Amino acid sequence: MESLTNRSKVVSDKKMTLAEKIYLPAILAGMKITLSHVFKKNNTVKYPEEQREFAPVYRGMHVLKRDEQGRENCTACGLCAVACPAEAITMIAAERKKGEEGLYREEKYAAKYEINMIRCIFCGLCEEACPKEAIFLTDQLVPSSFEREDFIFGKDKLVESLEHRVDITKRQHTGKRTEK
Amino acid sequence: MNSTELIEKSILVVCLFGLSLLVAAYSTYFERKVAAWMQDRVGPDRAGPFGILQPLADGGKFFFKEDFIPEKADKWLFIMGPGIAMFTALMTGAVIPWGPDYVSETGTFAMQVADVNIGILYIIGFLSIGIYGIMIGGWASNNKYSLFGAIRASSQMISYELAMGISIITIVMMTGSLSLRDIVNSQHGMNWNIFYQPLCFLIFFICSLAEMNRAPFDLPECESELIGGYHTEYGSMKLGFFLFAEYTNLFISSGIIVVLFFGGYNFPGIDHFTGLTLTILGTAAFFLKILFFIFVIMWIRWTLPRFRFDQLMHLGWKTLIPLSLINLLITGFAMAFNEGWF
Repeated sequence: MESLTNRSKVVSDKKMTLAEKIYLPAILAGMKITLSHVFKKNNTVKYPEEQREFAPVYRGMHVLKRDEQGRENCTACGLCAVACPAEAITMIAAERKKGEEGLYREEKYAAKYEINMIRCIFCGLCEEACPKEAIFLTDQLVPSSFEREDFIFGKDKLVESLEHRVDITKRQHTGKRTEK
Repeated sequence: MNSTELIEKSILVVCLFGLSLLVAAYSTYFERKVAAWMQDRVGPDRAGPFGILQPLADGGKFFFKEDFIPEKADKWLFIMGPGIAMFTALMTGAVIPWGPDYVSETGTFAMQVADVNIGILYIIGFLSIGIYGIMIGGWASNNKYSLFGAIRASSQMISYELAMGISIITIVMMTGSLSLRDIVNSQHGMNWNIFYQPLCFLIFFICSLAEMNRAPFDLPECESELIGGYHTEYGSMKLGFFLFAEYTNLFISSGIIVVLFFGGYNFPGIDHFTGLTLTILGTAAFFLKILFFIFVIMWIRWTLPRFRFDQLMHLGWKTLIPLSLINLLITGFAMAFNEGWF
């Protein structure tokens, strides 16, 4: 039979030579290999202090975007929650009152918007489903915690602040969505 | 025994006790570090600078765990198991000469708790009792995995004790004494036994790996088949005692290897020193050699896979015992030849 790779070896049950029988040369060779690894550079990334570099299209923690005038994009249509395969997203919609035009872009907005970060599988389907360009995945990691409750992220953690806008241009050029 | 001697010995005993525990605790840290280095990792580095407080954190955690005794276990034997293991591990340190005597005008201070004239027999005896801790622990757990681990441990230790004993006899024949102090003194300077008995050293080294239940002979606790082996049912500080006993054995066994084959506290140029400097340098040399052997044993653990049980028995009975017997015979003939018998 023709082999698929050139790595296959024919099994042989030939008599072992004396050097093979007493194992010691093989053991010493193995010990030489392990010792050589002692002096090699290790690959560990000490996470909280260091972070490895992510790919530009990395899918990390979500952000709820505001538009140029600082109004929230989300209209609480619920398409992200429907699209979510892990059912991690819940929201409660509310109607925009008079005088809140500076806060919300359209007449309807999300009064409550929660993502359970333990359920979330970071697939990015919410981002694809969103018709208002409101939700994006960023290159930031979800911070760790000892309590399960801490992983239910509300609007306080998800909506970007006015002072520190989150750059999502890298995610916009992944080719999935049509550019406007 | 007068009172000053009693105080001297008590101080030495306490020091030795603390030192054994300290070295055992730091062996766990060192083992994890060595494993990490050999696998291109960092190892424990969170508790204190470079993770040097890791053993304290581990020990503290052992104390806070639930001290659990299974319902169907034999309660008193279950408690006794780790106790015996720990006791025998600590007892063997008593006859090892840790350094040259400190000779001053006021008297001689021996760096050895008891210079028993049958020191090596004492050690073999305690090593053999050590198996009882494992056997009792495994039996009392009332768990098939524990029992399997205990049976493996005892059959393995009994098999390897034979070859070990014969290789020790070779050394005893060469020295003409069972006292560890005499054995060390006969290897003065660089006149170490390893240069006369390399094969004997190899046999002894392999056997002591098997006696300690260290890789590649760690079948009694092989995780893939027996969960934890004899300490499957143990938790809290009782498990801690078993693990501690294992690392204390590692320390003591390295000590015995050094005493028997690598000249104990002897080092090249030992004749140029006297008094306190000699004692300090000798002790330092002894501990350096011990540390080296601890490293070598860990190095072997992180290099080799585990033996299969039939291979283990094969190696013990069909290879090491005949080899050590032949070695014994050759040594005997060589000695007789030197005495002018032929």
